[in-house]
Amino acid sequence: MPILEVRDIEKNFGTLKVLENISFSLEKGETLAIIGSSGSGKTTLLRCLNFLEKPDKGSIIVNDEVIFDAMDPTTQRESEVRKKRLHFGLVFQNFNLFPQYTVLKNVTLALELLAKERPDYKQNKKVILEEIQEKAKYLLSQVGLSDKLDYYPHMISGGQQQRVAIARALALEPDILCFDEPTSALDPELTGEVLKVIRGLAERNTTMIIVTHEMDFARDVSDRVIFMDDGVIVEQGPPEEVFGNPKEERTKQFLTRYNQK
Amino acid sequence: MNDIPVIISRLTESFLLNCRLFALTLIFSLPLGLVIAFGSMSRFYPIRWLVRGFVWVIRGTPLMLQLIVIYFGPGLLSLAFSWPSGTNGRFIAATVAFIINYACYFSEIFRGGIESIPQGQYEAGQVLGMTKKQIFFNVILLQVIKRILPPVGNEVITLVKDTALARIISNKEIIMMAGEYTNKGLIWPLFATGIYFLVFVGALTLLLGWLEKKLGYFRT
Repeated sequence: MPILEVRDIEKNFGTLKVLENISFSLEKGETLAIIGSSGSGKTTLLRCLNFLEKPDKGSIIVNDEVIFDAMDPTTQRESEVRKKRLHFGLVFQNFNLFPQYTVLKNVTLALELLAKERPDYKQNKKVILEEIQEKAKYLLSQVGLSDKLDYYPHMISGGQQQRVAIARALALEPDILCFDEPTSALDPELTGEVLKVIRGLAERNTTMIIVTHEMDFARDVSDRVIFMDDGVIVEQGPPEEVFGNPKEERTKQFLTRYNQK
Repeated sequence: MNDIPVIISRLTESFLLNCRLFALTLIFSLPLGLVIAFGSMSRFYPIRWLVRGFVWVIRGTPLMLQLIVIYFGPGLLSLAFSWPSGTNGRFIAATVAFIINYACYFSEIFRGGIESIPQGQYEAGQVLGMTKKQIFFNVILLQVIKRILPPVGNEVITLVKDTALARIISNKEIIMMAGEYTNKGLIWPLFATGIYFLVFVGALTLLLGWLEKKLGYFRT
């Protein structure tokens, strides 16, 4: 049973069709890479999964539960959307860390706010908060930032900021972790450290969807690849197939252009 | 009667009215300004245009005129409502006029500050499962405060001196007090009032600088 099933998603911005007929599924523990040129709809697709955009058609199913159906308004209630979002984590292209909080607080903030909704929060406040601290510290050590806990975002490099953002997303234990071009805002020197962290997550069978322009990385790390162009999925399959033996003309053209670089 | 110490103590006493008006205006106009800012950003257009129209009227007419209208308006229109008689009524009316006027100016500063925060900050909060309220108070607000501190500081300093306008509806503030001496041919008390304002604004400038430094630990 797939952990995620996307059926027939369509999205328009006014008269502009950005996504059409998007269907795919993802198994637990799989890493899916989405490639394609800028403006092909990759980012919009991720944003739809995270409820930052509302698809005009189609449905999204996580763990057999329909969490979004364009035809069924009851799946779109504001109050539930917030909880449903937590199925997904999202790492942004430009990190979007909270500048006024330390690295540690960036990771703990959402957990602390969620903990306040627990019925036993008042009685066990101290224990709960301590657990959150420990968890955040552990996650930050996993991304190699144990020595930066008390730093503010502007004091660390872009690569370090992005690793904090990854730890922040992981803290909520999403079923599926999404990356929106996580290294596009980084210079090549810093790209490596972020990719290494993502690779580590893939090795530990984290379910992930990665929108990326790093072709070698996508090929290496993913279990499946989707190539998008002009808002549609042109081709999908295992990386060896899509990269090694693309069937569609458009995929070939795109990959040739990349290999020339 | 015209002893220097007596004059100074009467000036000081009347300056307390300026101080009281200043403090009350700030305390109430800052939160009210935030409410007006939200109104002017409302996605419900009737509210948005109503609030923006109100802000236009308040910013588009002199504060001096507003003081007069607010104080005399209820009586002239024979409304059921009227201000308490005497000193108290005059002071309350002035305070209300100041609060409304400054709230409108603050609201525009707040709106600019709120709209200047990158969308990504909201989205980061959203994907982390925060409510709109949590995002505003835990993520956005402090960044807004940091950004708007300089323009708010400007308004606050202007307010100190605007309090002198309260004399238009016979509030005995410091300039009015000094004016009584001027009428008797004694001019220096009027000049002396400048020192009160200077010292007050000097202290405020230090405070604002300190606040800015306090918020300097992060960058937006």
